[in-house]
Formats: sequence, structure tokens, C-alpha cells
Amino acid sequence: MSLFARVAHRIPSPSSRSVIRAFSSTPRARSDHLFVHRDTTYNNSKIPFEYTRENLKRAQEIISRYPPQYKKAAVIPLLDLGQRQNKGWTSISVMNYVAKLLELPPMRVYEVATFYTMFNREPIGTNFVQVCTTTPCMLQGSTEILNTVTEHLGGLHPGETTKDGKFTVVEVECQGACSNAPMMAVNDDFYEDLTPESTRKILDAFAAGNKPKPGPQSGRHTSENSAGLTALTSKPYGPGDHCLPEFS
Amino acid sequence: MFKATVGASSSTSGTKRRETLATVQDTPVRRYGGLKDQDRIFTNVYSRHDHGIKGAMARGDWHRTKDIILKGDTWIINTIKESGLRGRGGAGFPSGLKWSFMNKPNWQADPRPRYLVVNADEGEPGTCKDREILRGDPHKLIEGCVVAGRGMNASAAYIYIRGEFYQEASHVEQAIAEAYRAGFLGKDACGSGMPFDVYLHRGAGAYICGEETALIESIEGKQGKPRLKPPFPADVGLFGCPTTVANVETVAVAPTICRRGAPWFNQFGRERNSGTKLFCISGHVNNPAVIEEEMSIPLRDLIEKHCGGVRGGWDNLLGIVPGGSSVPILNQKQSGEVLMDFDSLKDAGSGLGTGAVIVMDKSTDVIKAIARFSSFYKHESCGQCTPCREGTTWMMNMMNRFVEGRGHEREIDMLLELTKQVEGRTICALGDAAAWPIQGLMKNFRPEVEARIASFRAANGPVLFGGQLASDVDRSLAIPDNLGLYLDEPKGDVAKAP
Repeated sequence: MSLFARVAHRIPSPSSRSVIRAFSSTPRARSDHLFVHRDTTYNNSKIPFEYTRENLKRAQEIISRYPPQYKKAAVIPLLDLGQRQNKGWTSISVMNYVAKLLELPPMRVYEVATFYTMFNREPIGTNFVQVCTTTPCMLQGSTEILNTVTEHLGGLHPGETTKDGKFTVVEVECQGACSNAPMMAVNDDFYEDLTPESTRKILDAFAAGNKPKPGPQSGRHTSENSAGLTALTSKPYGPGDHCLPEFS
Repeated sequence: MFKATVGASSSTSGTKRRETLATVQDTPVRRYGGLKDQDRIFTNVYSRHDHGIKGAMARGDWHRTKDIILKGDTWIINTIKESGLRGRGGAGFPSGLKWSFMNKPNWQADPRPRYLVVNADEGEPGTCKDREILRGDPHKLIEGCVVAGRGMNASAAYIYIRGEFYQEASHVEQAIAEAYRAGFLGKDACGSGMPFDVYLHRGAGAYICGEETALIESIEGKQGKPRLKPPFPADVGLFGCPTTVANVETVAVAPTICRRGAPWFNQFGRERNSGTKLFCISGHVNNPAVIEEEMSIPLRDLIEKHCGGVRGGWDNLLGIVPGGSSVPILNQKQSGEVLMDFDSLKDAGSGLGTGAVIVMDKSTDVIKAIARFSSFYKHESCGQCTPCREGTTWMMNMMNRFVEGRGHEREIDMLLELTKQVEGRTICALGDAAAWPIQGLMKNFRPEVEARIASFRAANGPVLFGGQLASDVDRSLAIPDNLGLYLDEPKGDVAKAP
């Protein structure tokens, strides 16, 4: 009896930060994704999916790159192809279809689709905005960029889609454009050297259905020194120049 | 810290002095850096010229590749060995030696196909050099595949490019198609009679796939989880066949080294650290850039010459991560002393890694910066080995608490012990990579962490191990001794707090 009294006493206590022991608790979420499939109206195995004829042809070409007994190797490219055809996300039907095409147990495809972060297993907006927030970008103000993006799109949280279905915003790990930090990727294109103003401009352009020019937004061409080239200023040398006599 | 290079230019010593027993002869110090454009291998790093086959051939790619192929595998491997090329992907293993593992005695008796796999899964925070090769100079890479493939007697090459690099992948795909059309690839590559194919494989967003065996698993269409070694990929690799995995930069420099000769490449940089290298500088410099420079260039020269210096001047520098997220951070003093090569940075307690320089000025919250690395590794751990899977999460949680200062001073040592428990106890190096930034932080910036903890403690009272405030503890319950509640108060650290 006193045991229950004690529990009752503890629940309303303000010290909500995990007090020493509790009788039971749900395991804390250790990941930002759900790794099990739950049937929903928009994502269940009864929804048909098939490659278009053009994609099927491309799929055959991809499969031919690998040894015939290792058709399985094509699973990542084929899932990517399916995801592109399926409005940017990989539904259970896409996975099942790929499994059938490659003669694999479906579980082998599910394993892959849940492991790699580029497979979205929930529907996304038309424009998939991925803001990099890893340290090199963070040093150059990616937190501000992420806040700009989420505020400009109406107070989203990373991982959410706007109500009109035009944008999904996610935070991603290093995208490999660190000398052009801060950056974000919209769909397949990198937008680099961002400032809050240029970020808003890019989002506005996408909202209006246009595609702004990818690459650095600061006026530099790629990853050269923005104050003027410090290398490769001369004309590149041609075939045979500076080579050994036998190769000149 | 490091030895000045002896011998390279001892003949130029000018003044003659009388030598006595106590006289140490001065060897003139050779300054590294200042690479000329004619010695740069990647002439289209900034994509200012045509990346297609026409532009590439005008810049000297595919020039007499047939003759290189006809020189044979031993010649190619010896050239690479003599050039002193070390792998550019981070570990710095001598490339010629690695490639020679493919040609074991009596390898011809093995009927299995043999593969070269190019690692273009560039995901290390700070690194953006391969990207510039892939989109600016894709033909250098394809030609490199043929040359390296001939050296290791491979029949095909797979280029594994990270999924996020869409533009880069399309440039490489274009280059492959052009090379097939021009007869440089296929059944009779470059007219040499050697069959050679190059295939592109796009990944799908997993940092761990940059590890060679994880990359092989990923090409095979599985989860990218590293394999136990041995067997090494040179025995059992991709599709169970002999395989060598090499970085983009390593492969792409091979044809130029063969054409211009090993001594040319070897003249740059210090002994055992020879060659040129693409460095990518990011963070708090005035003009971040990717630049090809001589190995062994002093870090400070690299930043001041090519990136306009540290924001607010060199004195405003807090620390530099010299080789991508996986290597320990250097403090300002060390940053002014080190040379950018494998040995000098190793002696300074860090590493060259991929040559990705991340500069942090005094405005940086260095604890937060390293804590972000810990979240990165937590996110990217594949979950195969327990020390890494659990350890990265613990490290992240502790680091995130330290950002705020919510911790006990003794927890710094616990965290360090934890990193030691993860390091070296996992299949691949991701566990080590997660541990090193934290060790570097505590080595060079421990007072800052302690001050942060002390100021939090001054504001909120004592903190238990695990971040719970002592004032939140329900004292009517039995509290285990090992939570640090009953420890003697550390003396004076409340006063130390700002």
C-alpha cells in the first residue's frame, strides 16, 4: 500500500527529468525514423506499382552492369529509379516490385531501403529541401539557414511537409560541399554559399514553380578563392607537355 | 615537433664554416608549397573548362594511354611505388604496394574476374575534393581506372559515387559513354587488346559506405556494413573476387604520374610524403577554397596564401581540424607549426586524413562543434558492432550535455575512458573516428570544458553523473552511491566560474 502511495506521490513532482527509477517506461526513440512498416491508406502492398516502359528499359541496362548471378547488386539503383517514378518516395509497393524484378525475398529489399537515408519511406513534397548542418556548414551559419527555411515555409519543423505539399524540409549530414558552406540541396541540385536572403529567394522561386540556377549563390563559379584565383590562372597544358620523352 | 628535411637541398648551403666537434651543421630549410600551374595534375578543378572528352583530351588526358598499358603491370606498379604515392582517402597506405597485392605469384591460375573499385563516396565532413575531380576532370578518373586496372590486372572497374552527387554522377556517366565511343574502354581498351569496362554505381546516402568493405557490400546490394578482415578484399572482395578499393584522387593521378615519370611526382613534398594533393579548406577563413598544392606545405601558408587567411587574422584562430572530421583538432600553436603531410600531422597528434582543413576562429563554440561531430557519428554508425553503436550514442549524449555544461567534472575522464573503450574495438575505423575528435578536444581544450561545467554548476548547483541536478533528486528514495551525489565538492571551481 505504501508503495502505491509513493508512486502517486512521485508522479506530479516537478522533477520530470528521469527520477532515479520508474516501474516501466517505453524505450526511448533512438532514431529519427520508424523502421517498421505500418499499412496506411497511402502506403500498403495493395497499391499497384510498376516501372514505366522507359524505366524498365533503363532497369535492364542497370542490371546488365553486374554479373548475371549477382542481379541483387542492382537493388540500390533500382530502388532509386522507383523512388523517382513514385514522386520521390519509396513505398512498400516499390520495394515489392523491385524484389520481384530481381527475384529476391522482399526482406532483402526492405533491409536496404531502411538502411540508406536517401530512401524516403513516407511521401514528401514536390521540392525536397535538405539543409546540411554538419560542423563545416554549422561554422558558416547553417543554423541560421535552417531557421530561415523553416520560418519562410510557415514554421515547419525539420522532417515536415508544408500543407500545400510543395516543400519537405529535412536536416541532413555532410553533403560534401564544405568549401561552399553553408549549403542546401533541393531535389538533386546543390545550392551553395547561402545567405538568409538568397535562401528565401531560392525558396520563392521553387514555390513559383521555377528552378533557380544551382551552384554557389555568391557569384563565384565553383570552389575557387572568391577573391580571385590563386591557382590555375594560366592556360592548361596540352597533350604531351612536360611528359617523359617516350610519352611526349 | 618535426624534423626539417635533410638532404634534399644540402648542396645549396652557402657559407662555409669551420666545423668543430660542437658545431652542428645547418641544413637549409626547404620551404614547401608554391606549386606551379604546370605541375598541377587537376587542371580543371574549378570546372572553368569543358569537362567532356574534347576538353579533356586538349588538357592531355588519354594521351598515349595505349603505350602506358603496353608497358605492362610491373612497370605501372613500379612507377607508382617509385613515385611514393600514398592513398589519398585518409589512411595513407602506399598505393603501389596496395595494388601489387593483386598480383600474387601465380595469379593467372585464378579464373575469377578481378575488380578495381573506385571509392567516390566522399562523405567525411570537411571533404569536398573528389567532387571537383568528378565534375571537372572525370576523364582523368576514367583513364586512371584503365591504368590502375592494367597495373592490377583487373577486368573491370566500378565507380561507387555517393547518391547525393547527382551532377557529378552525370558528368562521370557522360565521360564513361564518351570513352566507350572513342574506343578507350571496351573489349579493346585504347587499342591495346586489353578488355576493360568501367561501370558507375550510385550509392544512397550512407557515410559508412566510404569504408572499403562496406562499400563492397553496398555495391553487392546489401546494407553497408563493414566485413571482418581477413580475408582482405585483394583475396575475397567484390562478388567474391579479388578487388582493390582506391580513392578517386589516388586513381586519377596515376596516368599523369606514368606519363611525367615517378621522379617528377616524388620531387614534391618531404620524403615518404611525396606528391601533390588537393586540399579543401572550409570554416572560418576569408575565402574557403579547394586547391591543389604540394604536400608538406605548412598549414599556415596554405590558409594565408590560398584562402585569404583566417577571419580576423591568425591571432583570431582557435583551432584547426586538419584532415576531416575524424582527426583530432589542433590548437593555435600547433596549427602554426605543422606541415600538411602524413608524418608531420601524425607527430602533432592528429592526421592528414583526406586533407580537409576545417578552420575555427575564436568566435567558435568548440565544444558544440565537436559535439556536432559526435551526433554525426551517432547518425552514421551502421549498428553492427556494439561498442560503436552504443558508444557513439553515449558520446553524443555526454557531449551534448557538455555543450551546456551539464555534467560533473569527473565525467570528462569517464568520457575519455569511453572513447578508449570504443577505439580499436570495432570492425571498421568508424569507432576510432568517433573517438578521436573528442580525445583531441579534451587534449587541447579541456580547460574550456571544465569552465563550462563550472559555470553551469555555479548557476544550477551540483550536478550528478548523467546530468541530473542534485536539487532535482528525491532524497526520500535510496540513491545509488555511484551517481556522484555524495562526492566531496570539488574545491574552488565555483569561484572559477565566470
